[in-house]
Formats: sequence, C-alpha cells, structure tokens
Amino acid sequence: MRELIAVLLGALFGLGLMLGGMTNPDKVTSFLDVLGRWDPSLALVMVGAIAMAALGYRMARHRTRAWIGDPVDIPKNTVIDLRLVLGGLLFGTGWGIAGLCPGPALVNLGVGDRHASVFVCAMLVGMLGHDYASRWISDRRAMSHHSSLEKTR
Amino acid sequence: MRFDWSHFTPWSSLAGGLMVGLSAALFLLVLGRIAGISGLIARPLLAVFTGNAGAPERVSIAFILGLIGASWPWRLWADLPTVTVTADTCSLVLAGLLVGVGVRMGQGCTSGHGVCGLSRWSLRSLVNVGAFMSAGMLTVYLIKHL
Repeated sequence: MRELIAVLLGALFGLGLMLGGMTNPDKVTSFLDVLGRWDPSLALVMVGAIAMAALGYRMARHRTRAWIGDPVDIPKNTVIDLRLVLGGLLFGTGWGIAGLCPGPALVNLGVGDRHASVFVCAMLVGMLGHDYASRWISDRRAMSHHSSLEKTR
Repeated sequence: MRFDWSHFTPWSSLAGGLMVGLSAALFLLVLGRIAGISGLIARPLLAVFTGNAGAPERVSIAFILGLIGASWPWRLWADLPTVTVTADTCSLVLAGLLVGVGVRMGQGCTSGHGVCGLSRWSLRSLVNVGAFMSAGMLTVYLIKHL
C-alpha cells in the first residue's frame, strides 16, 4: 500500500516537473541567466510548489503520525555549517553547467535521454564517493582521537 | 536584466509547481516522509552498499520509480516536452559529480531544501538554497557571457 502511494506521488511529482518546464535544461539555464535574457518561469514552479507544500506542512506539523500510521519524519537538524554552504555551492555549480538537478534528471532518464543517463551515473558516483569519503574521514578522526586518549593515559 | 517573454510560460509553470507541491504535501501527510529527491535516492543506495534495507527504503525506491516513470502517463495524452541540452558529455559527467557530492554534503537539493525546506521556513534550507542559486547563476553567467 505504502509503495503504491509512493509510486503515484513520485509520478505526480515528475509530471509536475515536466509541465513546469524543469526537465528542459535549456529552460533551467535561461532561468539562472539573470544577467542575460532571463526567463523567470521556473520561479513560478517554486512559488506553486512552496505554496502547496507549506499547506501540507501546516497540516502535518502537529501530527506525530501520518495518515498511514507511520511517524512523521520532519528533519530536526538546524545546524548551519560550512558543509551546508559548500554543498550548496558545489550542487549549484553542477546545476548551472548541465541545467539538471536530481529530480528532472530521473524523469529524463525515464524518457531515455542519453544526456540524463550520463548525468545520473556520474551523480550516483558522486553521492557514493562523498558518503564513503566522509565516513572514512570520521572513522580516522575517531581513531586518532582514540589514540590521543590512549597517550594521555 | 532583460526579460525573455517569448519563452515565458507562467501558467504551465505555476500549475506544474502546484503538482510538485501537492505531491510533497501528500508524501508528508499520508506517508510522513519528506520529498527530497537526493535523499530518496541516497537512502536505498547506501542501504544496498551497507546492507541494511527496510520499509522506508522500499517507499523511497517506489517514489523514485514513479518519478522515473512519470513520462509514460504523460505520453498517453500529449507529446513529450522538449529537452534541449547544450552541455557536452565531459561537462555532463563533471556536472553529475558536482551535483552528487554537493547534494550529499549539503543534505538536500532543489526539492528537499528548495521546496520542502523553504515551505517550513527552515533557515538551514534558506542558506543552502541561497548558496546553490548564487552558484548556479554565477556558473551560467561564466558559461554564457565570458
């Protein structure tokens, strides 16, 4: 049941991206081209999406359980750090180069677009690479912290 | 700044946005989950590589499959929208890597921080959106005008 609802909502999400113009990289870069010939259409995608999502969030905010009975999983993280900003900068640079972000790239993958398949493969490598690297770094930090504790003993 | 009115599509873009927002709202209300695409991809991906998959991962995978299949119902009643890509293969690989690393480092993308985060007034999301919007605008400026 959960899976069926999720499939339908994923399709609704993708159809919205298609109708809104988000799946056309040329339109995305025209939206980001504020100093050239600017096409503000995609700002309206954001306005519409945020308005509807805000309504949903207002209704869900005080609930502990979703309609299906599962706990409502709203992020509690409020930390603003370098990773948040640097991550945004790296993502934005890639978005500007290709005109693709993760959602529209997956929709275009389903269409069979060759560009999207190249982009998505590289994106998955980037995601896994980041997560393995950050785990390796935190493991090493924990180890060096541990060994420095050993020395002080 | 000059407006490109010839390509401006206010009504279809607003309607598309409302559909995206409705999907995100229902995903939260019905299933209790945040519709952040990068997180929905990464969770099952990491579960596969670390070997602990559960029910939330099945929901993530289902949403992603629906997203990938979105063009099929579209085809039943209209021609597919135009997709124009100017980036070459090397640029696409570089862009994909940057997006992949960036969305994991910043813990979200256009949907998770942009739509879901901003709709609940998250300052954390606003900072991330400010960073990716300005980087995107600067990158497009450098590519198109220099």
